[in-house]
Amino acid sequence: MHPFAYVAPVTVEEAVAVLDKHGDRARPLAGGTDLLVKTRANVWELDAVVDIKNIPELMTVTVGNDGLSIGAGVPCYQIYENSEVAAGYPCIVDGTDIIGGIQIQSRAALGGNLCNAAPSADGVCPLIVHSAVAHIAGPGGNREVAVEDFCTGPSQTVLKKGELLVSMSMPKPPANFGAAYTRFIPRNEMDIAVAGVAVSLVLDPSGQNFESARIALASVGPVPILATAAGDSLAGKPVNDESIAAAAALARDAASPITDMRGTIEQRRQLIEVLTGRMINKAIERARG
Amino acid sequence: MTTTSPSMVHIKTTVNGQVHELLVPPYMSLLDTLRELIGLTGTKEGCLDGNCGACTVSVNGRIVDSCLVLGAEVDGKEVDTIEGMATPEGLHPLQQAFLEEAALQCGICTPGFLVAAKSLLDNEPSPSEGRIRHWLAGNLCRCTGYDKIVRAVQKASTQ
Amino acid sequence: MVATFEPKTDYKVIGTRPIRHDGYDKVTGRAIYGADLTLPGLIWGVCVRSPHAHANIKSIDTSAAEAMDGVFAVITGADMPEAPDKLVDLGEGNVNFKWASNKLMAGDKVVYRGHPVAAVAAVDRYTAEEAARKVVVEYEVLKAVTNVVDALAPGAPIVLEDLVGDDLGEDVTNTNMAEHIRHEFGDVEGAMASAAHTIEREYNMQMVHQGYIEPHNATAVWDEEDRIKIWTSTQGAFTARTQIAGILQVDVSKVKVTPLEIGGGFGGKIPVYFEPIAAILSKKSRRPVKMVMERVAVFETTGPTPGGRMIIKLGADANGKLVAATADIWFEAGANPGAVIGPAAMCVYAPYEIPNTRIDCWDVVVNKPKTAAYRAPGSPQVAFAMESAVEELCQEAGWDSMQFRIDNSSREGTRRGDGVLFSKIGMEEVLEAAKNSDHWNAPLGDPPAGKKRGRGMANGYWFNIGLKSSVNLAVNSDGTVMLIEGSTDIGGTRVSMAMHVAEVLGIGAHEVRPSVVDTESVGYTDVTGGSRTTYATGYACWIAANNLVDELKKRVAILWDISEDDVEFSDGVFSSKAESEKTIDFKELAGKLADLGGPAISTGSVDLESAGDGFGLHIVDIDIDTETGKTDVVRYTAIQDVGTAIHPSYVEGQLQGGAVQGIGWALNEEYYMEEDGSMANSSFLDYRMPTSLDLPPIDTILVEVPNPLHPYGVRGVGETPICPPIPAVANAINDAVGIRLYNTPMNAGSIMKALSK
Repeated sequence: MHPFAYVAPVTVEEAVAVLDKHGDRARPLAGGTDLLVKTRANVWELDAVVDIKNIPELMTVTVGNDGLSIGAGVPCYQIYENSEVAAGYPCIVDGTDIIGGIQIQSRAALGGNLCNAAPSADGVCPLIVHSAVAHIAGPGGNREVAVEDFCTGPSQTVLKKGELLVSMSMPKPPANFGAAYTRFIPRNEMDIAVAGVAVSLVLDPSGQNFESARIALASVGPVPILATAAGDSLAGKPVNDESIAAAAALARDAASPITDMRGTIEQRRQLIEVLTGRMINKAIERARG
Repeated sequence: MTTTSPSMVHIKTTVNGQVHELLVPPYMSLLDTLRELIGLTGTKEGCLDGNCGACTVSVNGRIVDSCLVLGAEVDGKEVDTIEGMATPEGLHPLQQAFLEEAALQCGICTPGFLVAAKSLLDNEPSPSEGRIRHWLAGNLCRCTGYDKIVRAVQKASTQ
Repeated sequence: MVATFEPKTDYKVIGTRPIRHDGYDKVTGRAIYGADLTLPGLIWGVCVRSPHAHANIKSIDTSAAEAMDGVFAVITGADMPEAPDKLVDLGEGNVNFKWASNKLMAGDKVVYRGHPVAAVAAVDRYTAEEAARKVVVEYEVLKAVTNVVDALAPGAPIVLEDLVGDDLGEDVTNTNMAEHIRHEFGDVEGAMASAAHTIEREYNMQMVHQGYIEPHNATAVWDEEDRIKIWTSTQGAFTARTQIAGILQVDVSKVKVTPLEIGGGFGGKIPVYFEPIAAILSKKSRRPVKMVMERVAVFETTGPTPGGRMIIKLGADANGKLVAATADIWFEAGANPGAVIGPAAMCVYAPYEIPNTRIDCWDVVVNKPKTAAYRAPGSPQVAFAMESAVEELCQEAGWDSMQFRIDNSSREGTRRGDGVLFSKIGMEEVLEAAKNSDHWNAPLGDPPAGKKRGRGMANGYWFNIGLKSSVNLAVNSDGTVMLIEGSTDIGGTRVSMAMHVAEVLGIGAHEVRPSVVDTESVGYTDVTGGSRTTYATGYACWIAANNLVDELKKRVAILWDISEDDVEFSDGVFSSKAESEKTIDFKELAGKLADLGGPAISTGSVDLESAGDGFGLHIVDIDIDTETGKTDVVRYTAIQDVGTAIHPSYVEGQLQGGAVQGIGWALNEEYYMEEDGSMANSSFLDYRMPTSLDLPPIDTILVEVPNPLHPYGVRGVGETPICPPIPAVANAINDAVGIRLYNTPMNAGSIMKALSK
């Protein structure tokens, strides 16, 4: 790997200054589970890595009445071991406790998962269905971007020169809300999603009808996909096999996968349909409590 | 070192209870810091991309793949490796169980498995077989088929 | 005349489970593996590798690398000695020095992706890697061929222009076909024509890797006396020495190989990769040079086992007896000739008695890494084809496939497909044990919702090899014995060697201290491979221990002033034939040796034929998610004739480890090749070996049919267990969901595709 310098700022401003100075020859270091692999493989040639784990805002999980905020550098285990997150946002746990093995989860950050911008990212679709927003700091000030708009292509994001992802926040779910994520992998852990589906939905007070739903798809396009038509199709529909199957079919249509070493186009489309059905049912279960 | 190399990083870290103060190249992994600078070669290199667990060590009580940590990052932290597992009183029960249950063949993955298994038993003294298999999924073994490793952890967990 | 032995059962040490001597160092991190070695002044070597699978090298510019601070030496193919076109037997496969040398460092052409084209030695690994990136190589890219069908097609790109293929004895040029062999017995066509039931199927398999966790490594010192010292993780220090000397064109006595602890091999650490390169870098830099291979290069450039294509045809009479079989087998050798077609022919029909058989095998060169031995090399492939075909034949004819296997079982006197007649073997006993096993008789049980459960079984076979081993023994004054051996210990053989010695001497396993030493400290010993170590090196231990008893009888004769012929030895105690109350035990005698003629030592060496044929049968239950194609292995039993289990724990471990490698091969593992000849999944992440979470406990049933050719009845054990799992899984998939898969891996995508038809 190209020899890089190690910088460990303690404020967002300092971090932004270093990132701005080096442009694409510097990267934030959270868990290092993507960064060190890519620098070692010479995918990235860096002059500096910016360890963001000494910046308090990036290392904090806050659960309150206005929702959940997760610092960009918070490792997976601190998310899924947080009892308030587990109680109120189980779908976020679904996405974080399956990334790598225990060793990876000790380090890998949900913010890193988002910035790495892999279409297969397990952490991102749960954020999308929770309508999460990415909070970005930069040399020109702060801005917010909806998570579904954050990734612009494989390994590509909206982050501009000098910009740093600070946190992801999402509103507190309303009553009768349920959400769930799963992926298909050939092994049972330590694998990259062949296809993944997150579903969030709100049921009416009777629990018998859908009020709204969001469905997001992993690994079936250049970026995680918000399958709007599939989610919207459930609004106002009764909870039954027919409406679930219809939404699952629409999710399948929203997928635009490729064939590669991890799976074929046809396999991925079918998986999306199957997993969407399963996740709608799981989200219903959670919504009904 | 090449003349163009960026500055070394000064760190003070506690490894197996002993304080080490040293200069590390900023791009050097914790794995190499332990093996090349501190001379603890019990932590093994298997893949350098976090997919085999042979380099598992504990940092502040959490297991990590030391190939995916920079030496510079453990300044002020406590690192525990396989070399710190036995005490003057003898082997850790896991080490003894691995020997008795023949839970190693070539042994290259053994330090990583032991460090990972210890972190499990430290927090969950009596894990189920499924929990053991889940916890150890980040550690690859190609010799044993895992059967005797899982049995050894079960044996140690009851002690 | 080959000695034969009567089976025994009254062992004191054999069959117990002592803790392995080397275990303490391995559970404490103290054991020194190849990459752990350091030497004063050590520097690091790194290879510059081709990004292309097939290309001519136009030019190499090393000047920028050489100019870097901290760089000590840069070499290219021009620094490699011209090695002769000569074939040398390494025990488990042959090596041709010319091919081997070209494989390590390209001359003017690269023939597989990752092929080294230059190497750099620098003050540390990071600097060496950076310097390697500064070597500029200009390539003329050629079209790559990556499978046997394309490689044999008319007009295919030729991988090795000077290859002269051997087509049943006829020379062939301008070809990728390195060898075509045939074995034919009886009236195959006539018997097939008369068969009441026939089946013919084609099977295709992808290349797979051994997947050892420790990457290849080597450290070399080329000293001022022109002696070359090598420290490495190898399956055979002496065969490594043979290869290194051959490639470097020096006498074997100029090379000293010290085998360090080895982190897995499964056959893949018989060839050398870095050793000669590190030696040349050392010669040029006048420093010790260490090299450790990156994981991508382990996949892309070292020892996979062949994929290929197989067509099997079976014929059986109306009573369910096999009457004829044919097999056509095309294996990919990788970038140099030498796919394991010979062993494939030996193994394909081995579990069955078939009067009329033909086998044709082709060794095909392709732009992929040169294949190496991998646990029963060639046998898992043919087991997949044969055992799948047997199951399908039984289904079509309506026969019980367990009974069919019993009715057609090979036994003593059965002719193997290559003509060899079996001596005492345990196939029938294994089938009997399988038929009576808990697992076979247990109900399938109900799968979880949405899944279907199936059970499959299959046979497997490996012939095992004997070859050469040497050991030395020396008695310590405290009654312990030092055991010096040349067999590198890849999975616990030091303890089983010590047990052989302890059994003879009537002492405890821990009173024998085993050491694996360098090539200047013990006699020639062949590789740890071919399931030979416990058999052949154990046999040498038994000889050495008996020689030691003879030596000690002389000392007792001095002590008692009687003739050595009047000294008896039994259960660790020497006694006088004339005065039976006169006794001295081993330990007491050891303390007196200083005054009884001095140190007592002995040696043992062997050169043996086969380590006794090994047969196994595995039973597997799987659940399949019918919507996703996901397969979960839910129960597994491995049954095998192991001859005599010296240390049962490590015998079980061989069965379990082999089974799991086979499960990985069956379900997920493969070289996923891109059109350009690159491997897309060259990481543990995407190569997908099984983790602990992917498996149930692996139960074992050790059947013991002692091998009459070993004093304790040992058979080779380690390789057979990788053969049954692939067809057993295929048969279980068929049982669960009714589809029959003919290609590996049988992954979720393949299952979904077949289910949707």
